[in-house]
Amino acid sequence: MSDDLLRVEHVRQWFPLRAGLLFDRTVGHVRAVDDVSFTLSRGETLGLVGESGCGKTTLARTVLRLLTPTGGSITFQGQDVTTAGRRDLAPLRRDAQLVFQDPHASLNPRKCVGDIVSAPLKRQGVGKAERRARVGELLELVGLPASARSRYPHEFSGGQRQRIGIARALAVKPKLIVLDEPVSALDVSIQAQIVNLLDDLQEELGLSYLFVAHDLAVVRHVSDRIAVMYLGRIVELSPAEELYHRPIHPYTEALLGAIPVPEPRRARRQRAVVGGEPPSPIDPPSGCVFHTRCPRAQAKCSVEVPPLTQYDGGHAAACHYPLNVTEAQIAASTRSPDSPEAAGDVTPEVLPVAQSA
Amino acid sequence: MFVLLVVMALCAPLYAKHVAHTTPDRNNITGKVTVGGEQRDVVSLDGIPIGPTWQGEYLLGADQNGRDVAVRLLYGARNSMFIALTATAITTILGIILGLLAGYYRGVVDWIISRSMDVLWAIPVLLLGVALGVSLALGGVKLGPLELSGDSLWIPTLIIGVVGVVYLARPLRGEVLRLREQEFVEAARAQGASGPRIMFGEIFPNIIATVLVFFPLLVANAVLLEAALSFLGAGVRDPDPSWGTMIGEGEKVIITQPALTIAPGLMLVLTVLSLNVVGEAVREAIDPRARVRLEQ
Repeated sequence: MSDDLLRVEHVRQWFPLRAGLLFDRTVGHVRAVDDVSFTLSRGETLGLVGESGCGKTTLARTVLRLLTPTGGSITFQGQDVTTAGRRDLAPLRRDAQLVFQDPHASLNPRKCVGDIVSAPLKRQGVGKAERRARVGELLELVGLPASARSRYPHEFSGGQRQRIGIARALAVKPKLIVLDEPVSALDVSIQAQIVNLLDDLQEELGLSYLFVAHDLAVVRHVSDRIAVMYLGRIVELSPAEELYHRPIHPYTEALLGAIPVPEPRRARRQRAVVGGEPPSPIDPPSGCVFHTRCPRAQAKCSVEVPPLTQYDGGHAAACHYPLNVTEAQIAASTRSPDSPEAAGDVTPEVLPVAQSA
Repeated sequence: MFVLLVVMALCAPLYAKHVAHTTPDRNNITGKVTVGGEQRDVVSLDGIPIGPTWQGEYLLGADQNGRDVAVRLLYGARNSMFIALTATAITTILGIILGLLAGYYRGVVDWIISRSMDVLWAIPVLLLGVALGVSLALGGVKLGPLELSGDSLWIPTLIIGVVGVVYLARPLRGEVLRLREQEFVEAARAQGASGPRIMFGEIFPNIIATVLVFFPLLVANAVLLEAALSFLGAGVRDPDPSWGTMIGEGEKVIITQPALTIAPGLMLVLTVLSLNVVGEAVREAIDPRARVRLEQ
């Protein structure tokens, strides 16, 4: 078995759209996730960013098999779980857990914290006395008093509830935790606390994270690598720091430009801003899905699906006319095996100078 | 108030034995009773029963068979309450199960359950009740191990219980539909919980409040339905007393001896009123904003 904890290959998640008076006909699909591939190693944190509706949450749920993918394959700890039934999913359910975005909706309001946190243990058949001890440990681990166990979720603040959610995820000693925007519903000061808690836990317990977020500022601190999603596809995948210094895909640059700066007058940097709304995933644009909003788009972009091109330093991007790369780097690049199946066999080019102004 | 009524019903045998010195179905057509020192016929020669005497025996008068109305009223309360509470228990259990199944599984299961509800709803409750009541009472029921004779109290109980399911299962289904999309349900699924476990472990605790609010209203409804069925002769059968049958009997002499109709009628009004007050209070206590209504 390799060091890969999770391997996602060409995963598609298309939701059928139904219409019709008497009989439902499928009239189209929402391509929430369209041919996405990536791997996650043990102990690694992969940040997954993109704007609302780009499919990152769907991808997170598909990875955990809360949804069955329309296509592609998911391998968890060397075992194919793409179409596994409830029984065969047991290892995934034990070793992979989910932390939700909204700590108000993710805790059952009618159950006390002790029951919530010990529910996963109960499902694994852990005895009562042991469960009690473990709940105490877990609450302490996430920085809550042991007395919290007999109280109900509504008695806690948002940050505390998120801690309860994390304790529940940790209960079964998972190897992978999928964090679905775990801090975006919280105050900024609480965000930092939770992010630091997650960081400490990772170090202590050797966890892997798939960290979903909609802005680049949060993931920067926790991620080893970051994947940028747009309209159901991964457009750039890069080591975390590198992404901030050398964005290759124009969409990534636009996202970076959208991070608020504390003192805009002093930090006057060039901001790339893309206008408009993302196109509908029901009928995504041909070729590169970003070409309708891309400031660098050329004729080729609307025809040819760009492959994910692997550059030096583990940095990959799917763009015909990449930013911040030299001709030599392009020459040294290779087509990533994680490219979409529909992608053409083309190499990126340097943008013609006349157009770049 | 409702509690008081229940206590009264439970004390019926005590009252019958020690105060009224009779039983609910002892006929006394030719007997005499002493009222204010003078002897009077319990049922006069031209068939008019005695009115309220306001004393131990025949407190509220007698019916055409010379039976003590007050005693029958209390025994009738027992029957009415038994039927109403048991029927509502049946309604609640069935309603919860069907609501959970329809709301949680959706799809075909929901379609089957919801359409059956529609059919049940489309038929006027009374008509259905009378039809079922009469046909079942004539032949008795033989359902596997379940065997009921025609005059069993279980027949109206079952009818009322099943008919009421619609009123509970529908709102519950809606509630479950909403709850199943909540993230805590997804969290349970991510832990590998099975469908029934999610339904009863995660969703059920969240619909208890709704059930509690509906319960007294359903009981009130059941009391009324039982009275209506019995009045029409399709529920409790003579000589078993029930408020409905008593009103039905009293109706024949309503001009000459209105007390016979008024007494059980008042009891009905009091019961339903008190139940509605209870229901309202429960609703306010649990969720002041929610609006719950039983339509019939």
